[in-house]
Amino acid sequence: MTSDRQFGQPGRWAVLAALVLLAAVMLVPFAIVTLNAFKSPAEYSSGGPLSLPHGLYLDGIVAFWQRVDFGLKLWNSLLISGVVAVAAVLLSVLNAYALGIGRVRGRLWLLVLFLVANTLPQEALVYPLYYLAKQAGLYDSRLAVILIFTVIQGAFGTYLLSSVLGRFPRGILEAAELDGASRWRILWGIVVPISRPTLMVLLIFFFIWTWNEFFLPMVFLISNDNQTVPVALGVLQGEKMMDATMSSASALLGIVPAVAFFLIFQRTLTRGITVGAIK
Amino acid sequence: MAPPDAGAARPRGRGGYWLYLLPSLVLFLAIIVVPFLMNVATSFTRWSGVGTPTWIGLDNYTKLFEDERFWASFQHNVALIVAMAVVPTVVGLVLAAALFDYIARRFGARTASALRAAFYLPQVLPVAVAGVVWGWMLHPSYGAVNQIFGLKVNWLGDPDLALATVMAIMVWFQLGYPVVIFMAGLQRVDPSLYEAAEIDGASWWRRFWHITIPQIRPEIFVVLLTCTIAALKVFGPIFVLTRGGPGSATMVPSYFSYLNFFQKVNVGYGSAIATVLALIIVVVTFLFLRVQDRDQERDS
Repeated sequence: MTSDRQFGQPGRWAVLAALVLLAAVMLVPFAIVTLNAFKSPAEYSSGGPLSLPHGLYLDGIVAFWQRVDFGLKLWNSLLISGVVAVAAVLLSVLNAYALGIGRVRGRLWLLVLFLVANTLPQEALVYPLYYLAKQAGLYDSRLAVILIFTVIQGAFGTYLLSSVLGRFPRGILEAAELDGASRWRILWGIVVPISRPTLMVLLIFFFIWTWNEFFLPMVFLISNDNQTVPVALGVLQGEKMMDATMSSASALLGIVPAVAFFLIFQRTLTRGITVGAIK
Repeated sequence: MAPPDAGAARPRGRGGYWLYLLPSLVLFLAIIVVPFLMNVATSFTRWSGVGTPTWIGLDNYTKLFEDERFWASFQHNVALIVAMAVVPTVVGLVLAAALFDYIARRFGARTASALRAAFYLPQVLPVAVAGVVWGWMLHPSYGAVNQIFGLKVNWLGDPDLALATVMAIMVWFQLGYPVVIFMAGLQRVDPSLYEAAEIDGASWWRRFWHITIPQIRPEIFVVLLTCTIAALKVFGPIFVLTRGGPGSATMVPSYFSYLNFFQKVNVGYGSAIATVLALIIVVVTFLFLRVQDRDQERDS
């Protein structure tokens, strides 16, 4: 190992120490939020943000949970993200089947269109969508948000999945055609089962992306009963009624589901990132 | 399940596949194409959101180009591109190479992936929640940062500091993404390249510069593109942390258009801002893809 000559034995530990220090800096906010979510306001003002909590003070978390009806926010987020993930994967599969395997005419233009749709800023759609939703009686409904994100995520899924299905082994498809299978059956009996790993990656990414969305849900979901977790937290941020530890509790409640998804889906997520470098 | 088409062992013409695109095309038209065109049309009018819009031609655009807040908002966008795309890419390259090529080999793959996970963790947060975390940490009276260091700094409320503070928060948020992508890219690289370079006595920096960077150029393009677009679109952190303020110290186009849509009810003006932003993002995307194409052609 020649490069040990450059760094030497102490140098090698210095590199590790520097990286560990940086990692610690990245994690400090998580630690501080967690630490202080379990303190009473009095404890916070006497001990400061770095002292360990004396006991498990849950009042801040409970009070915040009840005040925003956090269980309902969780349910709204789960419902919206779950339905969007499934519906967007379905749309992506149908589109990619026609574009990647069917190779319909003009597919290049359609792919560009889908890609552009996914990169468009939501600000360039928001007002007409808001106006149309009001006309259709869908404003302030979870359905409106579900429809919009199904299309936005589906546009990305179509783009990615079309190139994956473009490389689908032709032999399998031709064999099925010779056996007299219809296109519909080839899709559900062959293409979908074989592409399942990719579809699962898309499903999970769509779920998490939709969970994390803020702008459109914030515009569309104005009543407390419909809001998602990021919207509820983002809108309440800095409210005067919140004391130091309750603010910390609210941040923790936003962190926990996100980190939980990360831990649950870690392997799929890493695979997804390595497969398509998708974001 | 539709019955198998008995007579036709050969697939019918390609036209049949259009049916599969139908549901998407209908939704796509209603949710993307029509609203986008409506937005462009509205940008040529004066409209408060109720009643009939008044056609005013290019007035919104001429006003836009004379509007200091608009130009300021794009300058802040450039600052955010530095914070969300440039800095994370540069630092991410060094970190990914150090983890992959140094830490993993001398301290084990587990140490490397634990460190990678630590760098990545902020990325899993909804960006609005990241804003809530830092809004609390940096609160001028009870925030943890001031308490720990015994300061009285109004990080987000001081016009001279607010943008720098937001930039720092975005670096924290964004850094893990390039690290993960670059480390994944490095696994593709043929290890014999590194071995050969080591035998030749090439230093770590030389290997980094002459092997690592050229080998993962596709990943660098993807990261720069996605992060630049994310920076141009940034809304959540601005809404949560500063609402574009103080004054317009952290105003960005997305928030500026939102402000005109829903608070000042200058819907026409808001639409013009949004249209310009959309145009810039589409142009940036195409430029990146062109450069990437050229790059790949040159290689092959």
